[in-house]
Amino acid sequence: MTSLPKQPSARKLGLVIDLDTCVGCHACVVNCKEWNTGGYPAPLTDQNPYGKDVSGAWLNRVHTFEAGEGADGRTVHFPKSCLHCEEPLCVSVCPTGASYKRNDDGIVLVDEDRCMGCGLCAWACPYGAREMDMGVGVMKKCTLCIDRIYNENLDEADRVPACVSTCPASARHFGDLGDPGSAVSQLVAERGGYDLMPEQGYKPTNKYLPPRPRRDATTAGSRPERLDEARPEGGFLGWVDRLLSAV
Amino acid sequence: MHPAYSVIFFTTASGAGFGLLTLLGILGPLQQLPNDRWFGLVALFVAFALAVSGLLSSTLHLRSPSRARYAFSQWRSSWLSREGVAAVATMIVAGVFAIGWVFFEATAGWWGAAGLLAALGAVVTVASTGMIYAVLKPIRQWHDPLVVPAYLLFALATGAVWLDAVVTVLARNNQALSLGAIVLLVLAWGVKAAYWKRIDTGQSISTPESATGLGALGPVSLLMAPHTEENYLQREMGYRVARKHAVKLRGLAVIGGLALPVPLLVAGWLLPAVPGSVCAVLAALLATLGVLVERWLFFAEARHTVTLYYGHRDG
Ligand code: SF4
Ligand code: SF4
Repeated sequence: MTSLPKQPSARKLGLVIDLDTCVGCHACVVNCKEWNTGGYPAPLTDQNPYGKDVSGAWLNRVHTFEAGEGADGRTVHFPKSCLHCEEPLCVSVCPTGASYKRNDDGIVLVDEDRCMGCGLCAWACPYGAREMDMGVGVMKKCTLCIDRIYNENLDEADRVPACVSTCPASARHFGDLGDPGSAVSQLVAERGGYDLMPEQGYKPTNKYLPPRPRRDATTAGSRPERLDEARPEGGFLGWVDRLLSAV
Repeated sequence: MHPAYSVIFFTTASGAGFGLLTLLGILGPLQQLPNDRWFGLVALFVAFALAVSGLLSSTLHLRSPSRARYAFSQWRSSWLSREGVAAVATMIVAGVFAIGWVFFEATAGWWGAAGLLAALGAVVTVASTGMIYAVLKPIRQWHDPLVVPAYLLFALATGAVWLDAVVTVLARNNQALSLGAIVLLVLAWGVKAAYWKRIDTGQSISTPESATGLGALGPVSLLMAPHTEENYLQREMGYRVARKHAVKLRGLAVIGGLALPVPLLVAGWLLPAVPGSVCAVLAALLATLGVLVERWLFFAEARHTVTLYYGHRDG
């Protein structure tokens, strides 16, 4: 059913992505692909994976931007996957009923047995969060790893999306953004988390945390003193030092 | 946006077909067209052939066409679904109308009512096609109030030139019809000119700064794309036609779709039967060709906000 839920769901599961700490390693991209090519939307195919024109469906991508110019310019790594919007036009345009938004947690999903591969939903998403799987002929998108977050066979700590579990910089946080008391909501409040393209009116659930202000002369504190030349006086290193000086 | 030929052909052909059906469904019951079965057969055949070939070609761009039947299910929310439902309903009612005209040479009474209903259905179908594009907020050139009127007027105008061609070939009584076709062509291209002006002067409400939320740090530009080769998003939405080519193609569309068909339509009613018929058919073909170019541009000139994430400034 592509009509949207009448009331926005109370629970709004989603991601909070920290642009300050993301190092642009693409680990989340790879782990997303790895999990999902065997999980709910499996297979997640590639075309010509070892050839010249590699192509394939991925549910999470990391762009790298330069924000600001010259000496003030900053490199910002920018992961992007479905933002599980509250007003997802991608859902309401779908003619087959394949795309839907869940009532109880707000996750936006594609029922692959109904999708006819028309591509209209990808046109309707301003963020480019949907990719056609050319090998299967249906639309793929981030499922927020519904087959992990509710999976009782996994340890409690592992019941988070694959991208969140793998991020070495802890730049991705998962939780209920509908609950103002949740850790993710507090993080958003503390760090001034924001929506992407709010002017498009999709009310995305996922939030982005801005890079922290750069340290300059006034905020950097004292620079570390230049270290003195190493003078190993005693112990093993001292013995090595004396030995090497002798020869 | 990538101009997919199946979709361009579909909207042009089924637009002309449903436009022709609208005119037949109105002018037939009003007794403004010949009642004989051969005229009805040819005119309705042209309308059906255009509409059906268009609808069939629209299934060519589906990656899982075997599931197309589900597309009739979501008419509550989806204009694509509404278009499908309206198209099939219109075809059924038009079938009834055709039975009356072809088998009983009757276009009045209940048969006429079926014709009027088919006309209404055809208008709803074409308007739904326009709405599929007009609701897409991420594409500024489509999310425009002139999109639906342009779709409707081009459908009616191409329908009218095809009706003029059929009438000229079979019945030779066409001054009013040719005039009507000319008026519709001028109106349609007038709206298109206004549309082109709007998209040329308008601006996207989104920018790389709003797309990333990093505007506070300064202007935002792409440093590294997320992947080295083109992906589905770029193939589908990254298509850009060079400005100078677009201007040339607009000129070509207007020449083919308006400047040539108008004198041909006039010649169709002034010249004797055979050369007149040739002119009228030529006018219909050229007008349709002009709309094909216009439809190609409708895609090629449209910009999706996703390109903001790939280094373009004008989403
Ligand atoms: S990010 Fe795109 S695909 Fe995801 S819910 Fe929003 S509009 Fe739909
Ligand atoms: S591609 Fe599939 S999910 Fe997307 S609009 Fe078409 S049928 Fe719906």
